[in-house]
Amino acid sequence: MQFIDSEKKNFFNEVREKSGQPIELCYQCQKCASGCIATEYADYFPNEILRLVQFGQKDRVLGCSSIWICSSCETCGARCPNGINIAEVMDALKEMSIREGKVKEKNINLFHNVFLGSVKTFGRVHESSMMAIYKLKSGDLMSDLDVGLEMFKKGKMPLLPHRIKAKGKLKHIFFSTNGHGPLNKNEKH
Amino acid sequence: MKLSYFPGCSLSSTAKEYDMSAKAVCNALGVELVELKDWVCCGATSAHSTNHKLSIALPSRNLALAQESGMDLAVPCSACYSRVKKADYTMRNNEKMRGEIERIVEFKYNGSINVYSLIEAMVSKIGVDAIAKSVNKPLKGLKLVCYYGCLLVRPPEVTCFDDTENPVSLDNVMKAVGAEVIPWSYKTDCCGANLGLTSSSVVQGMVGRLLDAAKEAGAMAIVTACPLCQSNLEMRRKERNTELPAFYFTELVGMALDLPDCNKWFNLHLVNPKPLLQSLSLAG
Repeated sequence: MQFIDSEKKNFFNEVREKSGQPIELCYQCQKCASGCIATEYADYFPNEILRLVQFGQKDRVLGCSSIWICSSCETCGARCPNGINIAEVMDALKEMSIREGKVKEKNINLFHNVFLGSVKTFGRVHESSMMAIYKLKSGDLMSDLDVGLEMFKKGKMPLLPHRIKAKGKLKHIFFSTNGHGPLNKNEKH
Repeated sequence: MKLSYFPGCSLSSTAKEYDMSAKAVCNALGVELVELKDWVCCGATSAHSTNHKLSIALPSRNLALAQESGMDLAVPCSACYSRVKKADYTMRNNEKMRGEIERIVEFKYNGSINVYSLIEAMVSKIGVDAIAKSVNKPLKGLKLVCYYGCLLVRPPEVTCFDDTENPVSLDNVMKAVGAEVIPWSYKTDCCGANLGLTSSSVVQGMVGRLLDAAKEAGAMAIVTACPLCQSNLEMRRKERNTELPAFYFTELVGMALDLPDCNKWFNLHLVNPKPLLQSLSLAG
């Protein structure tokens, strides 16, 4: 792709490199959009995201809802005639959006952080505490209490977490991938 | 025959009945599932959405454990399967990433084991005919739609399993156990996956679409192979009555084999499947 503006060029190149996808090949056939079940809840069709990236529209892409509402169902990529795995592009954009502080769907990103915080602490997800922390941090206290209680009664929400033994290995994985997750109270930046 | 088994976090909580029925059914069909010792969470959507390297490193730890066990790996949860399979694909095909992940996870990848979803493992290692021959109580009169969800068959270059647009493995297994499988067009549409907690209205819309389509096709129940699909289908519906329960395929195979614990599994459902099963004289 040719650009006059170097910032636009850098943005395009970074998305291309991070995702590993040939974004320049998109010719707007819209096969991705016609099969995307998330579009009615999102602000851009998948082909629009690709076009915005092709045009170097960094702020519009990194600050949009679509990249977060995308559930990575992979339908778009499986049908793309140009072999672009669009879910990989969406993931790269989410990572960049976090780095640039442009996350629009803050609760979805918060959920990811709380989820990975649980994995970092125990090695596995502990649903009960993860849900409680998410609810406290998001302020969405009341939703799903009934179904949570029902699950608890059926023994599907264990109170105590399972902790894996290989804590050192787990710590090493998080540390080496810079996946520190949310900091614990006694940790410092 | 023995297979390594990576149950994933959901199977010890919200999808307990999937874990119980998977083990019971495989055992009855002559396959021992050997749980990976000290497995870690695959990182699921949260890792691949926010940190690509972590999303390959976490499941690679389980690849390392499976490699150590020397047995092919079966993964019942579609989301876990997708992450482990993606990690395996990356380790096989991306030399630079392989070197990096080997350092981070502290193992040497040798590509000696294969990663299967549980349905693929059952179809390829046990076989539909062998399942059919073990049936003691055919699921006569049970009209089903098979719901594969997203990640069993996508992305096709990674999963290399079944047909991407019209998979048939679950259909074949359900026919083998005597159920009536109804064709429908929503086999691989998304249920909304992990957006349930953060954006429940989105998931409610997606689940509603699936339930309407299943009803229109004339199904009495939906059969799945994924804990996220199953719990969304039961939890995120607008009205929770006993219509259209969502089964794990292993529960229905278990019922057709006449295994003793079926009722224990069904008691754990949010949508009680017993009225339907009783109406067909399939459960007491």
